[in-house]
Amino acid sequence: MDFVTILGDSLQQALGPTAIIYCLAAIGLNVHFGYTGLLNFGQAGFMMVAGYSIASAVTVFSTSLWLGVLVGLILTVILALLLGVPTLRLRADYLAIVTIAAAEIIRQTVSGAAFSDTFGGQDGVTDFISGFRAVNPYSTSLDLGIVEWSANDTWVMTVGWTMVAVSCLIVWLLMRSPWGRVLKSIREDEDAVRSLGKNVYAYKMQSLVIGGLFGAMAGFAVALRSGAVGPSFFATDVTFFAYTVLLIGGAARVLGPVVGAIIFYFLITGLGTFFSQATRGADPLIPAAIMDSQQASLMRFIFLGLGLMLLMIFRPQGIFGDRRELAIDAR
Amino acid sequence: MPADATTPETTPDTTTGNATGVDVAAARAALKDVAREPGAAKPDPILVADGIKRQFGGLTAVDVAHVEIQRGVITALIGPNGAGKTTFFNLLTGFDRPNEGTWSFNDRSLNKVPAYKVSRMGMVRTFQLTKVLSKMTVIENMRVGATGQRGEGLFSAMFAPLWRSEENANTTRADDLLERFLLIKKREDFAGSLSGGQRKLLEMARALMANPELVMLDEPMAGVNPALKQSLLGHVKSLRDEGRTVLFVEHDMDMVRDISDWVIVMAQGQIVAEGPPDAVMSDQAVIDAYLGSHHDQDLSEEMEAQILAEAQAELEGRHEAQHMPLEENRG
Repeated sequence: MDFVTILGDSLQQALGPTAIIYCLAAIGLNVHFGYTGLLNFGQAGFMMVAGYSIASAVTVFSTSLWLGVLVGLILTVILALLLGVPTLRLRADYLAIVTIAAAEIIRQTVSGAAFSDTFGGQDGVTDFISGFRAVNPYSTSLDLGIVEWSANDTWVMTVGWTMVAVSCLIVWLLMRSPWGRVLKSIREDEDAVRSLGKNVYAYKMQSLVIGGLFGAMAGFAVALRSGAVGPSFFATDVTFFAYTVLLIGGAARVLGPVVGAIIFYFLITGLGTFFSQATRGADPLIPAAIMDSQQASLMRFIFLGLGLMLLMIFRPQGIFGDRRELAIDAR
Repeated sequence: MPADATTPETTPDTTTGNATGVDVAAARAALKDVAREPGAAKPDPILVADGIKRQFGGLTAVDVAHVEIQRGVITALIGPNGAGKTTFFNLLTGFDRPNEGTWSFNDRSLNKVPAYKVSRMGMVRTFQLTKVLSKMTVIENMRVGATGQRGEGLFSAMFAPLWRSEENANTTRADDLLERFLLIKKREDFAGSLSGGQRKLLEMARALMANPELVMLDEPMAGVNPALKQSLLGHVKSLRDEGRTVLFVEHDMDMVRDISDWVIVMAQGQIVAEGPPDAVMSDQAVIDAYLGSHHDQDLSEEMEAQILAEAQAELEGRHEAQHMPLEENRG
């Protein structure tokens, strides 16, 4: 058992590009669900629109990544408006149904045979990242002793954590303002807010668009990390992992998604490495009669589910949340 | 996209003195000459409704031919359970739409005006089932109530210097109101931890943050203990004394007699009587509406036969009426 490796692996993932992606996605969900009470189950759809925009800007239209970013943001806003216009006047559950369906529709459409020349079907889009890597200021890998990131990952992390920092700053600025207070009021009771002269529909729409834009940032991060985008990167479970990240950190807290993402990836990688080591070799710690290495690779998800259940039972407010805010709710 | 495109004028000091410049004594005195009949014309109506009809399937919940609410006085809307009082309230405030009818506030038509705009025009309501924002503190609840806040626009929200002074002014006003409504000790508590009566007070105080001309209270006494009732009564009177018009729905007859200047009685969706409290309470139509038209007669055999015959005739009449258009059905 090599605990240094386990720790190193865990740290590498906890601060690495993938954690950044889920952190950004969860920041968007925090605006939607944590502050406004909108149940968006289609964050992967927002990410996918942005990810494919940045990739196909280069491969299809031969323009720069920056234009892809711009197009991605505009398309995300359009998607949010399309989803919001019919559903935001209705009860919250309708938005959940529509968003989860829309995310799947986008995924199935983009991966469909009709667009395989443009979007590459199940293989997705590749060969667009050279421009980004060409401006990488790091020439060697980042080595911190027990943990090491490649030069490429370091560059993605630099850009990614900057995006996270900017996003957190924007969320903090917005949520301490009277605007943010109206969002929280809508989460508590729409009719009360309406009776006080606030246009609830407009606020919900603004929230949907802003949270979607943070989702778009997560989509850009996917493209930059992998140098490829494909339908499997934006499956439904991406949204639910992002929700897990949000709940671990604590909803309606600015830094909740950041801490949640780091802890989530630290634990899930640590558990994965632990079970892989414990079942490896001639005389494994866990005998093959109990579990072989293939089965062990699934253990981390079992523990993740168990951990999430315990979290919901004993600390439903997450790490940063205020328990009083939850204890009162009688609904 | 600022949510508050049309902002009302800056609010005068509402905590002291008469906020609207209405001569309360004159307004009350003017009621002496008003006819005591349903739909009576008032000398200075703030709210006028004509031919308001709301049907739920085959049931006509509200069918008000004409009603006027006098400015500067307290008007009570009473009636037995199911008379359509709350539905009428919802229709007037834009929370529900009538099937037909017109109504106006200060001579401005309210047809198809959404609830939040009705509120901005100066007509703010409370709810029968109190709607406090549970997971927000009392002072935050109050701050939400202020209308036309610059910090509630999305872009100005991010720059605190743009809205900080306004926020401070609102907070001062909120503190004054909390002082007046005896909630100042609860300032930092979550609204969800308040008792039922305190929630009613908070809702009323929050409505005042919007500086309304017409305050509409839906059962302000429901579920409030007798000690607090007296204090609530005083608060409702103080609304009138500072020049606001009050329209409230209530079941508590003592309260109605004690504070209202004018009483409107609804039964089965229609207005059956109007007048000063004492006159209304001895009105035969009102007693019939509450107790049934035979409540004070002993049930002799002839009487029983007569009632039975009347009921039979009524049933047959209804049976025939079913085949006629709705308009004629109502007679």
